[in-house]
Amino acid sequence: MNQTYAVAAVTAVVLATVLIGALGLRISRTTSDFYVASRTVGPGLNAAAISGEYLSAASFLGIAGLVLVQGPAMLWYPVGYTAGYLVLLVLVAAPLRRSGAYTLSDFAEARLESPQARRIASLFVVGIGWLYLLPQLQGAGLTLEILTGAPDWVGGLLVALVVTGTVAAGGMRSITFVQAFQYWLKLTALLVPVLFLLAAWYGDGAPRARFDAPAVLRGHTVVEVADTVRIGLDEPLTLTVTGSVDSVPYERGTVTLAPGTHHVLAGTTLAFAPGAELPERVAGGTEPPPDSGRGDPRLDPLGWSQPLAGGRDGHQLYATYGLILATFLGTMGLPHVAVRFYTSPHGRAARRTTLVVLGLVGAFYLLPPLYGALGRIYAPELALTGSADAAVLVLPDRILGGLLGDLLGALLAGGAFAAFLSTASGLTMSVAGVLTQDVLPSRGVRHFRLATLLATAVPLAVGVVASKVPVADAVGLAFAVSASSFCPLLVLGIWWRRLTPPGAMAGLLLGGGSALVAVMATRAGLAPEGWPHTLMAWPAVWSVPLGFLTMVLVSLATPRRVPPGTAALLARLHLPEEFTGLPGESTLAEGNTGAVPAPAQEVRR
Amino acid sequence: MSGIALAAAAAAGAVLLAAGFALGRFAARRGGRAADPDLGTPVERATFHTLHTASLAAPPLRAGLTEETARRAAGTLRSLLGTEALCLTDRGAVLAWDGPGEDHHRAHVPEQAAETLETGRSRSAHTGCADPACPLRWAVIAPLTGEDGVLGALVAYGSRESAVLVRAATEVARWASVQLELAELDRSRTRIVEAEIRALRAQISPHFIFNSLAAIASFVRTDPERARELLLEFADFTRYSFRRHGEFAQLADELRSIEQYLALAGARFGDRLKVRLQIAPEVLPVTLPFLCLQPLVENAVKHGLQDRERGCRVTIAARDAGAEAVVTVEDDGIGMDPELLRAVLRGEHPAGSGIGLSNVDERLRQVYGTEYGLVVETGVGAGMKVTVRVPKYRPGVHRSPP
Repeated sequence: MNQTYAVAAVTAVVLATVLIGALGLRISRTTSDFYVASRTVGPGLNAAAISGEYLSAASFLGIAGLVLVQGPAMLWYPVGYTAGYLVLLVLVAAPLRRSGAYTLSDFAEARLESPQARRIASLFVVGIGWLYLLPQLQGAGLTLEILTGAPDWVGGLLVALVVTGTVAAGGMRSITFVQAFQYWLKLTALLVPVLFLLAAWYGDGAPRARFDAPAVLRGHTVVEVADTVRIGLDEPLTLTVTGSVDSVPYERGTVTLAPGTHHVLAGTTLAFAPGAELPERVAGGTEPPPDSGRGDPRLDPLGWSQPLAGGRDGHQLYATYGLILATFLGTMGLPHVAVRFYTSPHGRAARRTTLVVLGLVGAFYLLPPLYGALGRIYAPELALTGSADAAVLVLPDRILGGLLGDLLGALLAGGAFAAFLSTASGLTMSVAGVLTQDVLPSRGVRHFRLATLLATAVPLAVGVVASKVPVADAVGLAFAVSASSFCPLLVLGIWWRRLTPPGAMAGLLLGGGSALVAVMATRAGLAPEGWPHTLMAWPAVWSVPLGFLTMVLVSLATPRRVPPGTAALLARLHLPEEFTGLPGESTLAEGNTGAVPAPAQEVRR
Repeated sequence: MSGIALAAAAAAGAVLLAAGFALGRFAARRGGRAADPDLGTPVERATFHTLHTASLAAPPLRAGLTEETARRAAGTLRSLLGTEALCLTDRGAVLAWDGPGEDHHRAHVPEQAAETLETGRSRSAHTGCADPACPLRWAVIAPLTGEDGVLGALVAYGSRESAVLVRAATEVARWASVQLELAELDRSRTRIVEAEIRALRAQISPHFIFNSLAAIASFVRTDPERARELLLEFADFTRYSFRRHGEFAQLADELRSIEQYLALAGARFGDRLKVRLQIAPEVLPVTLPFLCLQPLVENAVKHGLQDRERGCRVTIAARDAGAEAVVTVEDDGIGMDPELLRAVLRGEHPAGSGIGLSNVDERLRQVYGTEYGLVVETGVGAGMKVTVRVPKYRPGVHRSPP
């Protein structure tokens, strides 16, 4: 891949983001021709902004990578990421807007009238924000590593620096336009190359992607295994090895591996002949490893999401349900998504916005699986190297090559960076806002800057030590925590009048807290193999019901603590804005003056 | 499996720690209560106990005399008096009953209390209970008074007529009355604050109305279409400004009203008034105190046009700043002496200076707290820039429909 083009594309995206953010396309008029009030952010623009902020590295790179490695079962990811908005649309969007809350902590305070509940909600906002930022920064590292060969922490640092700089300087002034721009950029960056790739694929005789059998390598292929892996063979395979296989060192030695499981140490280079069947990766687990130290999922980034794709009975079904629950119910609790609803002028607009988001996000998600399938045909060896997330980036070079491949690859790289930047800046804004308001001792501009630094520094630091997992999976963890904490709070808070502050706090702590602990333990590589690992890696199946149940039971046990303003607040949440006037207000006055605006409108037109 | 063991050990440790903590707290509390012989003589301790019980009854009564507060206070008041049963009434009905005998005595309370409610004097009366097993033979009825006379009655029941009970009940009722008076005081203080806010609601100046109508009149012959347009703007503007309900409005509505104001001012001043608006659309849904920007714009226009020769440029900008919206109103007019401005913001109104700035400042501080007051940058001849920061969310701040 041509580095110059890619670096230029990434630089262009970063510059465009900073410039649009700082200068902005603000409304700037003289009195003669403007009519400000009608220029609130429309559902279309707001929806593009929400989608731009939402479609992160997990969507841009991660899904294709997962599909490449594990096949169509992974399509639950895009389905879940999209369907979350359906739940949001039906249950939450309009009432959340009408509550007047800006952040989720605001909602907790407005609904429960309890500063304590607010503080707990804030902790979860920060926790989820960091969990979500982590894969963004790691993804950026991976992208830059593939593009330029820089060490994998450089990309994360670059994104962190750009985001911290612009956010702390107050540069994200017209964030709606920035994010909307990022959505269209990301869509273009995926759509244009895929058209060329599909044309090339068709010209190639339209080979079919095989997911049920080992992929066949189309040419002489050299694979450098970055992380220690375990491969499974059905038939004997002959290949050239430099490094260590089954604890036997080789130096450009030709080996024929017998059917069965083999252990390939990190740093080993495998060279396959054309037409060879690519060995499948096998999750570590049931049988003892050939050398000590195996069984630690940190060494095998795939072992981790294996249950969803693979073999063992029960695990797969369970993991799929875990994913579905987490993504369907978790979207509503993502801090950077929730704040964007404030931009809608009223509840109805918020609902319409969500509907458009469903369309935009749905359209976007048609593309990554195509990359996954193409990757399975043209670059299956990525599954072995542990950087399957890079499939999207290397495909143009692999299929088309030449200048066109370079240019398209650069476009994709730019799009990927747009994904990191938009999601990371949205998250940083939310996390930093909550940190300033609820965690740091006093408010002020200086503290906001400090909070911004803190908001990006923590995930950046954790990213260095945390185990490497596929981006889409890592984002799934944030979804699981959000689904077990904020989903019960929002759904019960909006639809159940007997929710009490102690109930909500207990539910947040028990449901969200347990999910958080399970997720942290998984990311730290503490979870043991087998069922405990599956349960902890996909906590939503048990933690979401746990959160709901705790909230309901504790609330029922503390009926006297129902906040006094509940009835009034629920009325405000559920009635359209024009009906929620003060009680006893004369309707006559409204009726009398109601006739005036009509001719006024007519004149203005 | 070591992971499971680890997790189990951690969980068990946490549970043990919590249990130990709770046990320690419990023991400490028990020990503190039971032991300690030098907490005073028995008489002193009884006094402390009485004072403590009284302090427990105070908070509910401080919220006024309602069914809810009476229910919460009745139990403590009864243990304070040490009677068989205790009942609290307002002028019409029984609010709360604590102790036995509610079933057949409650209905008679209003007639027994009628005299006390009338005269405001305590009295003791025989209950005339037909049930020989019922301990409620005598009732002491003491008045609960507020600022405007008797609010209700406290009825204490005993098994025999006793001067001590009469005395005690009267004293307790007097103490409760003090609490209720304080409650009234609280309420009137809240009312004063509300009235203050209502009074603080900015009024549009009558001069503006005369001037606007005069300006419109000048267009009636020469440009009837423009005159009609301006009249409609005028109608919209006054409708919005004169609305009676709601302390808060959306920034979008406020800005629309400001547009109308500027259109009318523009009709009067023509080319001399130039206005620039820079509004980030994200902040248009922000809720803020009703008519809190209009006085600032009016101020800017006035200042800007005081120099008769040259025109004036007013810039209104609203931008998004995380959890806050920042609105600035800027003019390039004659500016103001900072000392004079400080006096205005302190509430001392030197002749000729508008009430607008200090009014807005006060309202913002009242709603959002002192750190959200106006920030004014100015100097003589240097124009003026007023910055308003508004948090996007604040409990209790929600807009009323326009």
